[in-house]
Amino acid sequence: MSETPRVISRRDLLRTASAVGAAAVAGGGEAAAQAPAAAATPAAAAAAAARPREAYETLTAREADMLEAIVARLIPSDANGPGAIEARAAHYIDRSLAGALHAEIDAYRAGFAAFDRYCRMSRGKPFVELPPGDQDSVLIDVESGAATGTGAGFAGSSAAFFTMVKQHTWQGMFGDPYYGGNADFVGWDLLGYPGVRTMVTAADQQRLERNQLPPNHRSAYDFDGFNKATARGGHDHDHGPGPMPDDPTDDLAQVHPYEQGELTHGD
Amino acid sequence: MATRLASTDVVVIGLGAAGGVAVLPLTQAGLDVVGLEAGNVLTRRDFAPDEIRNNVRDWPMAIQKANQEVPTARPNAQSPTMRLSGHPMMNGVGGTSLHYWAQSWRLNPWDFKVVSETARRYGSARIPAGSTVEDWPFGYEELEPFYDKVEWEVGVSGQAGNVNGQKDPRGNIFEAPRRREYPMPPLRWTGWIEKMAEAARGLGWHPFPGPAAINSRSFQNRSGCMYHGFCNRGGCHADAKNSTAVTTIPRAEATGRLKIVSRATVTSIDVDRQGRVESVTYVMDGQEYVQPAKAVLLASYTYENVRLLLLSKSRAYPNGLSNNHGQVGRHYLSHHQGAGVTALFPYDLKAWYGLPAQGVGIDNFADDNFDHAGLDFIGGGNLWVYSDRRPIGAANMNTFNRVPGWGAAWKAWIKENADRSNSAYIQKSTLPYETNYLDLDPTVKDPLGFPVIRITAEYKENERRIAAYTQDKMEAWYRAAGAIDIVRAPVGGTMVPTTHAYGGTRMGDNPETNVVDRFGFSHEVPNLGVLGASVMGTSGARNPTLTSQALSWRTAEHLARNWKAVTA
Repeated sequence: MSETPRVISRRDLLRTASAVGAAAVAGGGEAAAQAPAAAATPAAAAAAAARPREAYETLTAREADMLEAIVARLIPSDANGPGAIEARAAHYIDRSLAGALHAEIDAYRAGFAAFDRYCRMSRGKPFVELPPGDQDSVLIDVESGAATGTGAGFAGSSAAFFTMVKQHTWQGMFGDPYYGGNADFVGWDLLGYPGVRTMVTAADQQRLERNQLPPNHRSAYDFDGFNKATARGGHDHDHGPGPMPDDPTDDLAQVHPYEQGELTHGD
Repeated sequence: MATRLASTDVVVIGLGAAGGVAVLPLTQAGLDVVGLEAGNVLTRRDFAPDEIRNNVRDWPMAIQKANQEVPTARPNAQSPTMRLSGHPMMNGVGGTSLHYWAQSWRLNPWDFKVVSETARRYGSARIPAGSTVEDWPFGYEELEPFYDKVEWEVGVSGQAGNVNGQKDPRGNIFEAPRRREYPMPPLRWTGWIEKMAEAARGLGWHPFPGPAAINSRSFQNRSGCMYHGFCNRGGCHADAKNSTAVTTIPRAEATGRLKIVSRATVTSIDVDRQGRVESVTYVMDGQEYVQPAKAVLLASYTYENVRLLLLSKSRAYPNGLSNNHGQVGRHYLSHHQGAGVTALFPYDLKAWYGLPAQGVGIDNFADDNFDHAGLDFIGGGNLWVYSDRRPIGAANMNTFNRVPGWGAAWKAWIKENADRSNSAYIQKSTLPYETNYLDLDPTVKDPLGFPVIRITAEYKENERRIAAYTQDKMEAWYRAAGAIDIVRAPVGGTMVPTTHAYGGTRMGDNPETNVVDRFGFSHEVPNLGVLGASVMGTSGARNPTLTSQALSWRTAEHLARNWKAVTA
């Protein structure tokens, strides 16, 4: 997971840049012509009906609708409990895009435009108007990279867009509520995570092993004494150090990703 | 215009695990020391149990000097160079010892004598072709007093397995003789770790708790471990992790002889006409300073040690400081820690709380602890299983090809299995090779305009065979404890930037093949010492920090005791 050095492909950077350009051309007119779509999935509709729509800080209403519909399929609300909508994962992403994930904002904007184009071209409707089964099949196309290609919608890699949205959705579902997601600790409860504690005694561990340790529903920053300013530092793994100098040998798309994902141990 | 400061006795470049130890014997000996550190001062208030910040967004490793000079990497000179983001080490007073796993091992005696012991037991033809490995200039016995010193000064918990030749089956029976017990008992085990130990015994192996620079009980007026589960890439909110920031550095400061200069980025080590070090130049808040000193100890980490030497060119050292023999950057290796094994169990492991140093080790297949006569490699690996899990990491667990990666089926699966997987940490002894080395990248530069390090290195056949062999053993161990599915990572390719980087300024008696002498001082520049794993010529099968710290103490003590000779 998180301890692996990330390879930054120059080609990916170029693709991102061209996707932005494509979005500016293709997305603008559509956005102007398209009325904001209502949430069409049952879960999203139910969630929308249950409470007034909260304002998004960074995303447009149309982008927010699309993101909510996507995260509702990634981690649906069902008999196994609340999903990413209830966790407010989309709000986590929206808020983070104004902060630690700021470098991803263009990738999101371009990705949403490409995603929307792909849905209309391949399914004849915007994503939010598709039934859940069709929504899943679109997401499978995007995840596999099948939606890649200017004719298909994504000028850049559709798989890269999917991976980015999924990673951030997981953060919004399972991360500390301080960052705006994991509302009511629904993500931690789904996993059976017994919660943040600053001390776990041997007796606590034994209670955990006997299934007698009640979950502790607290954010790290609900405990006294921790410096909150540091929570605003850092950057997301997906954020590279910027464009690389011109070098004919650095087209890393052709380089075998040697041990990516393997070195999970850091020390 | 650079500001020239008042001279001091010793400048230590980098106050991490190595430099942070060296300042204590230096100041205790009455020397005045200036410690130049690129990072800031952090305290327990900065170490919130926050997975997004620590593990996802890489704080506190982010926004650091090191992050602006991340090495590039390529497997060999014929391959394109990869740019990578995120430096594995951090800057700060205490350095990466602030947030490391704190596993604090002594090396196995074999690690000091790979060449002669291999020749004696199997014949010298068994040394892998192309390897530049040498015996260390001394054996384990020479370092034992310094291991002991650091274990007690810094504070290491553990279970001895061999005290003065008396084996104790509760500890690691393969460890070399130690003069006394650890200062603290080992970290506690969970029920699942006990179960793994029992499974190992059933296989006829010798499980033991590992050593850690983490308090298992109150030590030196600081708390014992809280086991809260955010130790992995997190600093300790209770000061129970014995980073140099809470141990040796404050004690050195208490002597009144250590001056810490934080946010100082060193740009060169400067020499006089005789080729002796006379000062260190650094940049702080955009202003350049020159700090004269009678001796300099370079302790900035393997990549930065090599980089700073190569960047410090002068008439006396036209190819970089201490590089007139062309050895700076050679004999590089990074510990083969990849090629992991991940298991799925049919029961909850209750692994939500704990820390990477809290676990059970197996040394039966490490170093030369087993007969290699019928095998096609030398060396081996330590198997390590530990309790450490956080929610985002758990949700990203391997699904063993049983369900898709999202959607309702995944959700049902993760609900059942989030606490049912474990990934083993297998550290493999790794050798240096002629074609594995560090140099300056020809194109990539840091914001100050200085080239970053380029790693040209890959794991060779010997290390890949160790990886496959130890994966077999690890799978057998997991299966014995009831695992129902196993996934193995590839056996290894390119050496990317890592926390276990060795060599580049190797220690040895022969100046034709080594940068520093047996005491850690340059063969070419008598008043320049080098600290850290960059002086180590072999890795062993275990974490480098304690060995690096023992060597640092020894180098610092040598300097203090031979002050006039070294600085004459």
